[in-house]
Amino acid sequence: MMPPLNLATQLLHVLAAGLLMISFSMLAQRRTRRLIVLLAWQGVVLTASTLLVAVTAHLQHLYYSAALTLIEKVWLMPWILLRLMRRLGIEGDSDPLVNIPTLMLVGLGLVIFAFGLAQPISSLATTVTRQTLGIAMAVILLAFLMMIARHKAVTQVIGFLSMENGLFFAATSTTYGMPMVIELGIALDLLVGVFIFGIFFFQIREQFDSLDLHQLEALKED
Amino acid sequence: MELAWVLGTPLFGAIVLAVLGARRSAAELNVVISLATLIAAAALVLRIIGQGSMTVAHEQFFVDPFNVFLIALTALIGFTTAVFSRPYMRIEQDHGRLNTHRLRLYHSMYQLFMAAMLVALSTNNMGLLWVAMEAATLSTVLLVSLYRTRASIEAAWKYFILCGVGIALALFGTILLYFAAERLLGGEGMRALLWTHLNAAKGQLDPTVIGLAFVFLLVGYGTKVGLAPLHNWLPDAHAEGPTPVSAVLSGLLLNVAMYAVVRCKILAAGAMHSALPGRMLMAFGLFSTVLAAFLLWRQRDIKRLFGYSSIEHMGIITFAFGMGGPLANFAALLHMTVHSLTKSAIFFAAGHASQIAGTQRIDGIRGLLAVSPTVGWGLMLGSLAILGTPPFGVFTSEYMVLITAMRDHPWATPFLLIALAVAFAAIFFKVQPMVFGETDARRLPHPPALVPVFVHLSIVLMLGLYIPPALAQWYRLAASLIG
Repeated sequence: MMPPLNLATQLLHVLAAGLLMISFSMLAQRRTRRLIVLLAWQGVVLTASTLLVAVTAHLQHLYYSAALTLIEKVWLMPWILLRLMRRLGIEGDSDPLVNIPTLMLVGLGLVIFAFGLAQPISSLATTVTRQTLGIAMAVILLAFLMMIARHKAVTQVIGFLSMENGLFFAATSTTYGMPMVIELGIALDLLVGVFIFGIFFFQIREQFDSLDLHQLEALKED
Repeated sequence: MELAWVLGTPLFGAIVLAVLGARRSAAELNVVISLATLIAAAALVLRIIGQGSMTVAHEQFFVDPFNVFLIALTALIGFTTAVFSRPYMRIEQDHGRLNTHRLRLYHSMYQLFMAAMLVALSTNNMGLLWVAMEAATLSTVLLVSLYRTRASIEAAWKYFILCGVGIALALFGTILLYFAAERLLGGEGMRALLWTHLNAAKGQLDPTVIGLAFVFLLVGYGTKVGLAPLHNWLPDAHAEGPTPVSAVLSGLLLNVAMYAVVRCKILAAGAMHSALPGRMLMAFGLFSTVLAAFLLWRQRDIKRLFGYSSIEHMGIITFAFGMGGPLANFAALLHMTVHSLTKSAIFFAAGHASQIAGTQRIDGIRGLLAVSPTVGWGLMLGSLAILGTPPFGVFTSEYMVLITAMRDHPWATPFLLIALAVAFAAIFFKVQPMVFGETDARRLPHPPALVPVFVHLSIVLMLGLYIPPALAQWYRLAASLIG
């Protein structure tokens, strides 16, 4: 028998479900531009859920954390990525996918696996968001699947950032977030990472005339 | 105070070299900064010997006999690599493979990389450890692709994505660790992330959560150690990056990642009250050793060859830490030291060898002794040392690992012996024709910097013949801390 849920918890569950749905949409999306928009939406949901936890648990550092998410994940990163797309002229590019229904089925399997894995931990958590750890892990695994299934450098990076979003959500849902200093460090690393990715896009295109990673398969075990 | 100098010097150096790195004298400046870091590290070592373990800066940093010897090793090899890279990069520049702009990037990132590794080694905070490991990856990605060739960009991309995903898993492990500890130690003041506090309270941490956290941490940091089957990035990054970068990746970064794994293993073994974490290390280590030994046969690129050899040796170290106990831990620590010194020496010699031959392909390199005896002997002696030929130090540590394995886990010994024999034959038959034989290659325009090679090899030789009592005491102390 589940205890009755209050409004905040119910809202959080709705947000978590939204996060999972966005992950699935990303898995099925071909257009690079729309993928970036979806990534930004994932950021919006993260900001909202962090804010909600901050309000219900009265935790000051989570307000900063929410502000940081809003700036970095909703505005800055999608902006950088979109600018890069425009500079590289691949805004409307699409990434041919492996069979979408198969991908969706594998994704569903991953969600079930994630919930199974999260079960023993969720039962220990004392936070209001404890049931959402399974969803956080599912988001991480789905982003991982996306990175494996895609061929374009840009889409792999978006998958990587989506994975980072899942990790962030896992941190808020199990422990009310990591200490602020660590979160700042992670945010900085991520930003530098995206910057380096940007440099790479240009290097890859200069050398290979395309951002298709199929061409990056020369180094083999021989 | 000493620690502030150890961490501050390379950080300051990175900024200075970002501004001045394009000058002709930047290489010398790089050497001076690395020397300053080494001196600071030596002062830190004396302090620890005198006063024992210490925590500084609100317990955020923590130095004990285990990590102080890795800090000293990192500073030492960081310095010798800087010495080696001065003439090496000058030759590369003469060959037109680099321009001054990229040299500036190289010098600045080199120091940043050193700073990140030293922070990772000395921090007490598991979160900061993660941040520093990620920073170390980021600072080397651009170094691996420094030549901007197709192959180097591919290698750097692979390195970035694989290690990025790996380290994301480690972050999840860290979050789980924090979750388990926060209930016990409280979330304020980051105590729940401080290793010293975690270590003190490890017996009461929830075994299920810690077990899961350890799996993620092992796979995550294990990717950076280059443990099979997560090793794919390693040979590419070693082969395609500039040689000084290969030397520090293999000699230092793998050690730092190994250090992170060992710190996590200590916590997991304490929390789970079982040998499972150790068994997992043993399995990963043995698999890496055997797989790498057989893959050595198929390599045609000299730097890839020694990249695979690094996987093999990190496997041996992982296996030894997995067995645990005073003798195996002692052997693992000694092996970390001698492997770092020998492998960086080999990369120095191999780098000059491929400069002489104009190719990294093994069948293109012939008769090094005739052209440049020092390079030839450096490569030959280095290879003999890494293959565990007595009386080099690698023999001592491998022998101790084998002895412990025979006593505690006899089933593993045949695998180890076969892997060592296969690796010996593979490397020896590939190196022998490179060193001896006829050639029409010419000497290098600048005299190669082989002082570091022979300094490293003589330390390794000394460790094989005689371990100074102070050092042995130090290893014993560190081994007892690991448990």
